Amino acid sequence: MDYLLTDEQKMIKELAHKIAEEKVRPVAAKYDISEEYPWEVIKVIAESDLFRLFIPEEYGGMCVNIMNLCLATEELSRACGGIAVCYAASALGTFPIVLFGNEEQKKKYLPDLASGKKVAAFAITEPEAGSDASAIKTTARKEGDYYILNGLKHFITNGGDAETYSVIAMTDKSRGARGASAFIVEKGTPGFTFGKKEDKFGIRASSTRELIFTDCKIPAKNLLSREGMGFIVTMKTFDMSRPGVAAQALGIAQGALELAVKYAKERQQFGKSISSFQGIQWMLADMATEVEAARALVYSCARAIDAGVKDVSKESAMAKMYTSDVAMKVTVDALQIFGGYGYMKDYPIEKYVRDAKITQIYEGTNQVQRNIIALQLIREMAK
Amino acid sequence: MNIIVCIKQVPETTSVRINPETNTLIREGVKSIINPFDMYAIEEGVRLKERFGGKVTIVTMGPPQADAALREAISMGADEGVLVCDRAFAGSDTWATSYTLSGAIKKLMPFDLIICGKQASDGDTAQVGPGISTHLNIPQVTYVKKVEEATDKSMRVERMLEEGYEIIETPLPALLTVVKEINEPRIPSLKGMLRAKSAKITVWGQKDLDLDPQNIGLCGSPTQVVKIFTPAQRVGGQILKGEVPEIASQVVELLRSEVN
Repeated sequence: MDYLLTDEQKMIKELAHKIAEEKVRPVAAKYDISEEYPWEVIKVIAESDLFRLFIPEEYGGMCVNIMNLCLATEELSRACGGIAVCYAASALGTFPIVLFGNEEQKKKYLPDLASGKKVAAFAITEPEAGSDASAIKTTARKEGDYYILNGLKHFITNGGDAETYSVIAMTDKSRGARGASAFIVEKGTPGFTFGKKEDKFGIRASSTRELIFTDCKIPAKNLLSREGMGFIVTMKTFDMSRPGVAAQALGIAQGALELAVKYAKERQQFGKSISSFQGIQWMLADMATEVEAARALVYSCARAIDAGVKDVSKESAMAKMYTSDVAMKVTVDALQIFGGYGYMKDYPIEKYVRDAKITQIYEGTNQVQRNIIALQLIREMAK
Repeated sequence: MNIIVCIKQVPETTSVRINPETNTLIREGVKSIINPFDMYAIEEGVRLKERFGGKVTIVTMGPPQADAALREAISMGADEGVLVCDRAFAGSDTWATSYTLSGAIKKLMPFDLIICGKQASDGDTAQVGPGISTHLNIPQVTYVKKVEEATDKSMRVERMLEEGYEIIETPLPALLTVVKEINEPRIPSLKGMLRAKSAKITVWGQKDLDLDPQNIGLCGSPTQVVKIFTPAQRVGGQILKGEVPEIASQVVELLRSEVN
C-alpha cells in the first residue's frame, strides 16, 4: 500500500532498510546467542544519523518526528527485534529530556545522544512496581544542591550499556503518584551500579539489567521539570514512545511474513510448492491483511502525534496493543508454515516468535493498554 | 588532496540473467547499482579526504540515469559529481571510454589522485583504470589493498598479487585501482542522502570536452565483439587411484585416447 511518504521519509525507510539487510540481518543470530550488546551495529546506526530522528535540530538532531522514528524502527525490526530495541530504547530514554528538559539539560545531554556517541535508557519499573507504576519504592531525598537516590530498578532496557538514564523516583511518598519525580542520572555516578543482567526469551541482543542506587548523589539540577512531575513525564514519554513499540512489533510481523512467503514458495511437498496450497495461501492472506491494518493504525497514530493532536493516549495504546497482538499471531503462523523446520533454531523464524512476545508486555502490558483505551472511551462518552 | 573517483553504473549482478537464444544480458527489470568494486574506490577516496583534507569528485560516463550513481556516491561523503553523457559516446569500448573519461578529468585539473575499482562486474576487463592513466600519462598502481602513507608529492601503497603483495611508492598525481580488501564501504548517512538529493550534478557532453571525434563512441572503439557465448560448464574431472606406476600408465592411456 502506498502510504504517501514524503521524500525524506522514503529516504529514511531506504536507509534503515539498507542497514537492516546489510548490517543487522547477518549478525542477528549471533547476538541472539551471545546476548552481547550489538555495539558494531549501534555504531553504524549512529553514523547513519538515525539517532538524530528523535532530537530537535538545535541540539544536533534532525527534528523530532515520530513517523520518521517509526519507519526506522520498523525497518530495523524486520531484520532483528533485539537490535532494533537497543535503538528504540534510546529514544525512550531521551524523550523525557526532549519533552521536559530545560535549556541547560538539553544542551548538556542531547548532542551526544543525537550523534549516537551515547545511548539512553528509561527507568521506572521495579520488582514490585510493573503495571502499577505508582508502587515504586526508589526514593530521591533532597539535601542542599543534591538529591540522594536509593532503591532498585529492574528490567531496564539498555541498562548498563546506556550512559544517560531518565529515572523515576519518589520525592514525597505521602503524595502517592504525585510524589514521583524524574531525574537524569549519568553512568559512573558514585552509588549507581548495575545488578543482574536478565537471560531473556527474546530480544536477546538488547541488554536488560537492574539499576542499583545506594546513596547515589546527583546534582539537584538533574531534576527534570519539577518535583511531583514524575508520572506526567512518564505518561507523556509513553505517549510518544508507544508508536515506536508498535513499529517494532510491526517490523517483526512484516519480517516474519516475508520469510513465510519466501519459504512457502521454496518448500516442495507432494510434488509442488506449498504456496500452491489454498490452506497456506489463506494463512498468508490473513497475515498480510492484519499486518497492513496494523501498519495503517501505527502510521495514523504517529502522524497524529506529529501534527500536534493533543490527546493521543487512546490511539497510541490502540496502536501498541493491536500491532503487538498481530505480531504475536503472525509470527506463530509464520512458524507454522515453516513446519518442523520452523521449530528448529537453524531457521530464523522461531526468533521472530520470541522477539514478538515482549511487545505485548513492555511499555504497558496489552491489558493496561486496554484499560487506557476503555477509560478514555468512557470519558469521551461522558462529555 | 584533490581526489577523483571514476565509477560505473552496472546491472545488479545477482539478478542478471542471460537470454539463452541470443546469449545477451536480459537488462529489463534489472536494478542498476554502482559497480561493487567502485564502492571501495569511493570509500577510499572519502577516507583519504577525511585523513588529509581536500575534495572528492566522482566521475562517471553513462546514460542520464547514471545520475543516481553519482548521488549515491555523494551520500557516502563525496563532494561533487560529473556525468559524462552524450549519444556520441554510446558504444564505447574500454579504449574509447578511458579516452573520454581522461578528457573529462583534464577539465578537472589539477588533481592529486584518481581512484578506480579494479574492474567492472559487467565487463570484467579491468582496462579502463589503466587506460585513463595512460591517456593522462600518469603512473598507475593496480590492485591496491592499502594506502600506507601519502604526502603532497608521493604515496606508498600495498598492491595485492596472487602470491603475496608488493609495496610501491609512486609520485603523485597517480591512478590507483583498488581491490575489495582495502576497506569496508560505509552505509550513507541521512544528512549525506539529503545533501545528495539537492546536489548539482555537472553534465558534460562531447562539445564540453576536447576530444578527437575519431576516438570516441562506437567508431572510436577498436574492440570488435565477434561472438558472445556462455562458456560450457566444466564437468568434474576423473580421479585415478592406486599405485603410482599403475596411475602413470593409466594417464598415458587416457591422454592417448584423448589425442585419438
